[in-house]
Amino acid sequence: MSYICRRFSAQTFDADPGDSGWWQQQFIGLLSQGSETIEVLGGPQGSGWFWGSPKCCAEVRGADGSWDGGRGPGLRCQVTLLFAQFQLTVPVSVVFAKGALPGAQQRRLPFADTQEEESLLNRKNQADAALLPLQEDSLGALTVYVIPETSPLLPQGVGVYVGKHRSAVMRCPQGPGDVLAAVSARVQQIVQAMSFTTDSITAALSDRVPMDQLGTDTRRPFKSSLGYEITFSLLNPDPKSHDVHWDIEAAVSGYVQPFLDKLGSVANFSVDSQILYYAVLGVSPRFDKASSSFILSALSLPHVINPVEARLGSSATSLYPVLNFLLYVPERIHSPLYIQDKDGAAVGTNAFHSPRWGGIMVYNVDHPAPDKALLPLRVDVDMVRVMEVFLAQLRLLFGISQVPLPEEFLLESPGNKGLTDWELDRLLWTRTVENIATVSTTLTSLAQLLDKIGNIVIKDDVASEVYHAVASAQTAMLELASGHLGSAFQASKEAVISSERAFFDPSLLHLLYFPDDQKFAIYIPLFLPMAVPILLSLVKILREAKQSKKEPTKTD
Amino acid sequence: LLFSCLVFLKGVGTVERKNLSEDQAEQFFRSGHTNNWAVLVCTSRFWFNYRHVANTLSVYRSVKRLGIPDSHIVLMLADDMACNPRNPKPATVFSHKNMELNVYGDDVEVDYRSYEVTVENFLRVLTGRIPPSTPRSKRLLSDDRSNILIYMTGHGGNGFLKFQDSEEITNVELADAFEQMWQKRRYNELLFIIDTCQGASMYERFYSPNIMALASSQVGEDSLSHQPDLGIGVHLMDRYTFYVLEFLEEIHPASQTNMNDLFQVCPRSLCVSTPGHRTDLFQRDPQNVLITDFFGSVRKVEITTETVALDPNLVGLETRVPNDEMATEPLKYAEQLPVAQIIHQKPKQKDWHPPGGFILGLWALIIMVFFKTYGIKHMKYIF
Repeated sequence: MSYICRRFSAQTFDADPGDSGWWQQQFIGLLSQGSETIEVLGGPQGSGWFWGSPKCCAEVRGADGSWDGGRGPGLRCQVTLLFAQFQLTVPVSVVFAKGALPGAQQRRLPFADTQEEESLLNRKNQADAALLPLQEDSLGALTVYVIPETSPLLPQGVGVYVGKHRSAVMRCPQGPGDVLAAVSARVQQIVQAMSFTTDSITAALSDRVPMDQLGTDTRRPFKSSLGYEITFSLLNPDPKSHDVHWDIEAAVSGYVQPFLDKLGSVANFSVDSQILYYAVLGVSPRFDKASSSFILSALSLPHVINPVEARLGSSATSLYPVLNFLLYVPERIHSPLYIQDKDGAAVGTNAFHSPRWGGIMVYNVDHPAPDKALLPLRVDVDMVRVMEVFLAQLRLLFGISQVPLPEEFLLESPGNKGLTDWELDRLLWTRTVENIATVSTTLTSLAQLLDKIGNIVIKDDVASEVYHAVASAQTAMLELASGHLGSAFQASKEAVISSERAFFDPSLLHLLYFPDDQKFAIYIPLFLPMAVPILLSLVKILREAKQSKKEPTKTD
Repeated sequence: LLFSCLVFLKGVGTVERKNLSEDQAEQFFRSGHTNNWAVLVCTSRFWFNYRHVANTLSVYRSVKRLGIPDSHIVLMLADDMACNPRNPKPATVFSHKNMELNVYGDDVEVDYRSYEVTVENFLRVLTGRIPPSTPRSKRLLSDDRSNILIYMTGHGGNGFLKFQDSEEITNVELADAFEQMWQKRRYNELLFIIDTCQGASMYERFYSPNIMALASSQVGEDSLSHQPDLGIGVHLMDRYTFYVLEFLEEIHPASQTNMNDLFQVCPRSLCVSTPGHRTDLFQRDPQNVLITDFFGSVRKVEITTETVALDPNLVGLETRVPNDEMATEPLKYAEQLPVAQIIHQKPKQKDWHPPGGFILGLWALIIMVFFKTYGIKHMKYIF
């Protein structure tokens, strides 16, 4: 199904766009202009155009202007959504330290709010924590501090330092010419790194962009969903040799739970763990004499997952997408086992992951000399090493990827939380756009379905879900434009929930409603033969009646 | 799996393999799917339609062997042949005569069985408009990166497929269902295979993108069955699926066979009908589409190169001292079912009881009739 795009003219934004009656009016206005069915397109510059089918509006309205009964007034009009250009606003405040800008330039600042704040800032880590109470730390807002070129706060060669709490410190670029322009260019670069770029927004709309233009990064992360289930599995194929213990509960509560708590606004998470005995990998590793170890080459890795997956059993429980993280302790006869990448080099983490599925890590155990060994050997898994890898894989699977930055940028490590605030913001920006796009496509296709099958019955709760979805989506668009990321995301999530509930309602199955031509096709062969003698006898009765009327006049 | 490992070990040493492997690595991401689903439907019931169940089960077997797990397969069988009272070999469904290949196996999971296989349930599975109480195994939880294989078999005609001898699904309904799936991006690419009479009519009406369709016969032709087995008494497989199964037995998870080879399966000389296919809605060239893109589940993998730096000191973990567990006795199963007693018990001696009830009454009647007829005084001649 192709989508063509139609642009709004500027004058339609004169009225207050929050009023839903206004949207209806716009619809009818455009209908009268004879607009056609229009489609969705991922537009340039990170904007989106979404438009539904306005045709249905005209059909629903009766000749006297009343709505068609049984469907609820205005349902069709509301269902066809009206979205203007996506406007995403990031509130950025730029703070100039004293002496950062030369005096002449300072006067040219468009508006400035001078605050006298004295704080001793020695090292950069302290700077971030010290500056935190000074800035407003709402979702999506950024603060950039500009310090003089010669300041010792940042080490040599580092132009920008990005902290973990939505703030960045940059050196004022020195040089002839317009310093302010250089500052604003640098600030734009920082803001793009910390919130969103055109590419990331286009990737969020990836359903609507032809496949060739996408990189592998878009196929790796999970789609926006309301919940995820994370399963940690320990695979012990050789329990006779290894008695493996892992303190998974403590590791999850110490390392994984803070990460998931930070992502708590994004989705619901449920974590479980299991230990599988006698579960082998599907591929036999090769022995490599040079390193006297066993090797799993990169080509055999895709075939490792399938035989194990049937035994994981994690997919029987919930309807949410499942992320599986497997820790494999190789058998004694196959130890040590290393993974090689395509160039033949050993992989440092000894782990690999599969897009939209999860990750596997191989944990090698040190074996003492054979005669001293007392089987089974007790193995206590070093959970820190394991969780470092699993958290990295978790980040990749959620699409929190490393942003390509120029060399002068220095990023602060996210620490035990695994996720910096601005990375969360990046995720929320793309997820919000993705949610709104999904809502519009869902409701548009629902409208088309209703269009096609004229006599489909829409229950009241389906109608109310559709209204709620449209209202929430409009709220989300407005909040995005005004820069309130948190409320925009919540509104988009509610819109998705309502639209999915409306679309997948079991009563809307097209099979249950017969088109009129099928009804004719079934009933005509039944009733037509029956009708022929009835009609003929009616004709006969009428003829006789006519004759009997004529008779008395004749016999006189 | 052993076979695939052998192939790998053989190929690793040669130089040509290394160049080929680079192409393979690039091709991994060409198809754009990350998971595979299969919906396998057999629509006919009754014992003489044994071959349709055998068709579906043989495709199920191939698909499982090539890696798709049961959680990603929706299997719908309209009747039970393995435990049918007319089956001389219970718990088996054979696909080759002389009982060479049992496609029923040990771990078949049928999701929709018997009377649950209806047009409505099939369309609900495809479109996702399922009542909330449906268990997970009965749902098609595909996403926009899923390649789905849909295989249907049964009795069909020009534009319809018969379900359970009582209802039918038309090609228009099927095309609309696929369109609903595309609207919600419930598939990345879809392969539709149908083995019925006049099967090509079922894919004529498709209009959604990324669908490739194969059918066993053209409009106006009948699909014929392959071979009867005299021991079981029915035809075991249909010709088209028989040769497709033979073709699939050669495929292993790492094979590079493409769709053009599948189109050549079962030429007119073997199949008597002319198999057809439709690729105009499909974006990629069938030459580049691997069989395992739909029938298998080859996962894309990436090496994990980065780690997150964690500081264990910040976490208030109490390092648990590993307790030396007390050596406990190994646990045994309690004797819940005294099997030995049941097997070896002798039949109990029944105590004798005088006849009562019906037998007594019957004899009394006979004696009364006898004496009525012949009179009491004649008794002395008897004794």
